[in-house]
Amino acid sequence: MAEAVLALRSLRKRFGALTVTDDVSLDVAPGEIHAIIGPNGAGKTTLINEISGVLPIDSGRILFAGRDVTGLPLHRRARLGLARSFQITSIIPAFSALENTALAVQAGDGTSFRFFRPAATERRLNTAAMAALDQVGLAHRAATPAGAMSHGEKRQLELAIALATQPRLLLLDEPLAGAGPEETERLVGLLRGLRGRYTIVLVEHDMQAVFAMADRISVLVYGRLIATGTPDRIRENPEVRAAYLGEDDIPLMASC
Amino acid sequence: MGWLRKEAPALLLLAALGLAPFAGFGEGYILTLLARAMILAMAAVSLSFIVGGAGLVSLGHAAMLGFGAYAVVILDDLQVVDAMVVLPVAMLAAAGFALVTGAIAIRTSGVHFIMITLAFGQMAFFTASSLSGYGGDDGYTLYARSEVNGTRILSDRLVFHFVCLGALTASWLLCHMLLASRFGRVLRAVRGNPMRAQALGFSPYPYRLTAYVIAGAIGGAAGFLFANATEFVAPAYISWQRSGELLFMVILGGLSGLHGALIGALGFVLLEEWLAHQWEHWRMIFGVLLILAVLFLPHGLAGLPAQLGRMLRRG
Repeated sequence: MAEAVLALRSLRKRFGALTVTDDVSLDVAPGEIHAIIGPNGAGKTTLINEISGVLPIDSGRILFAGRDVTGLPLHRRARLGLARSFQITSIIPAFSALENTALAVQAGDGTSFRFFRPAATERRLNTAAMAALDQVGLAHRAATPAGAMSHGEKRQLELAIALATQPRLLLLDEPLAGAGPEETERLVGLLRGLRGRYTIVLVEHDMQAVFAMADRISVLVYGRLIATGTPDRIRENPEVRAAYLGEDDIPLMASC
Repeated sequence: MGWLRKEAPALLLLAALGLAPFAGFGEGYILTLLARAMILAMAAVSLSFIVGGAGLVSLGHAAMLGFGAYAVVILDDLQVVDAMVVLPVAMLAAAGFALVTGAIAIRTSGVHFIMITLAFGQMAFFTASSLSGYGGDDGYTLYARSEVNGTRILSDRLVFHFVCLGALTASWLLCHMLLASRFGRVLRAVRGNPMRAQALGFSPYPYRLTAYVIAGAIGGAAGFLFANATEFVAPAYISWQRSGELLFMVILGGLSGLHGALIGALGFVLLEEWLAHQWEHWRMIFGVLLILAVLFLPHGLAGLPAQLGRMLRRG
């Protein structure tokens, strides 16, 4: 395996008496789609927040692109190439889709302490932003205010924002949350299209979608990683089955 | 140029102010009033830049005026009266105050930011009150207006009118340019969704502090003009009530664009003046009008035409 883009080493985090991240170690290989699944309250979003730098960890180390980023805040990790989306759509409602995406391009294009030229006329930013919008199928909505878009479009836009930063790692927190069946299908197609070109870590509830697009899956239960492997291996893992016992919506038994 | 269309009301107002002296509003008393309105509008535009642009609701902006005005006073006392020196010093003094207080205040947000800017503003107010060498509470009367290249050209009412108009226009254009730039885009993004901006790699703090210092410098320039307009400076000019008035002008005008601050400031000053001539207990009516404006004009005076249009369409 090539050197891991992201390596977690014995992460621990407690909220009072509750251990939300319990000795989590994980390697994410370049170009893979790595899904983190687990029952409600397993600490999936917490883990995403720890990786992106929103939440500090109690102990352990986070290595990103060969660098120890454990002590770095969110915006510093972002500058190293770690792009994240949020479970609750996080866009700038007053900005058009294009300006949302152009802001992301701007983040990777030198200093933003430029005071004179109108940013909206910078062709370099706009071209790259349009390319990212095109990748997610939103080019025709570039001028639409993000706040006026449908939920599915907002999720697409969020993906375009992440892509526009040309990230080394995409961290997606429930990219399908709240999307209807058609929107889900479109988004899954989009994400599959990114496989190999981007390294993606995602948390997702929609098991069907996860098993359809992930290269590897890690299962988190009460803050502990109980298994990591290919979708087939995970599906057959008895510990995983036990953890999901009683949850009908998990198609672990079905081959999808 | 979409922004020109959006800011059309501001252009109209500025043009009207340019024509006013030749359209029957050239009397000394009216020019004095208009100068006051334009100077406060300049301060309001800079405040709108940080409130509407960066989400920094400051209740201490009058202190920036104060630093500018007291720079004029202190230099006057030292017999330094050339505007080429006094104006930069006034702007630097206010910017310096903004840098020091902003460095602390911007670490907070929301109500805490409002309170801490209020506290810093009051510190400036009480400091000014205690400057007994400059009149303390009673204020300080300038010997004359600042000179430009050894001439007293600012004493000419018409010249001063256009100096104020030029300064107001320049401030408005500058704030506009800043908001449209890369820097301003980050500021607006931080205001719209701080988490998103940080996830993209932008740390809000340096952007906000820079904006705060720029607004401070413009406030200082307005303070320089204010001192010259009245040829008198007193701590009362920079009390928290003045800060409140400035914030009120911004909200009254509407936060959807910088033209709101212009409309709000001119509307506020002219309405205040007109009412004061109608009835001695005018403040009662003024207060009620302001409350009504906040209640029924969600987008401020600047949003009134669109609001009326919607009401008419709905029947």
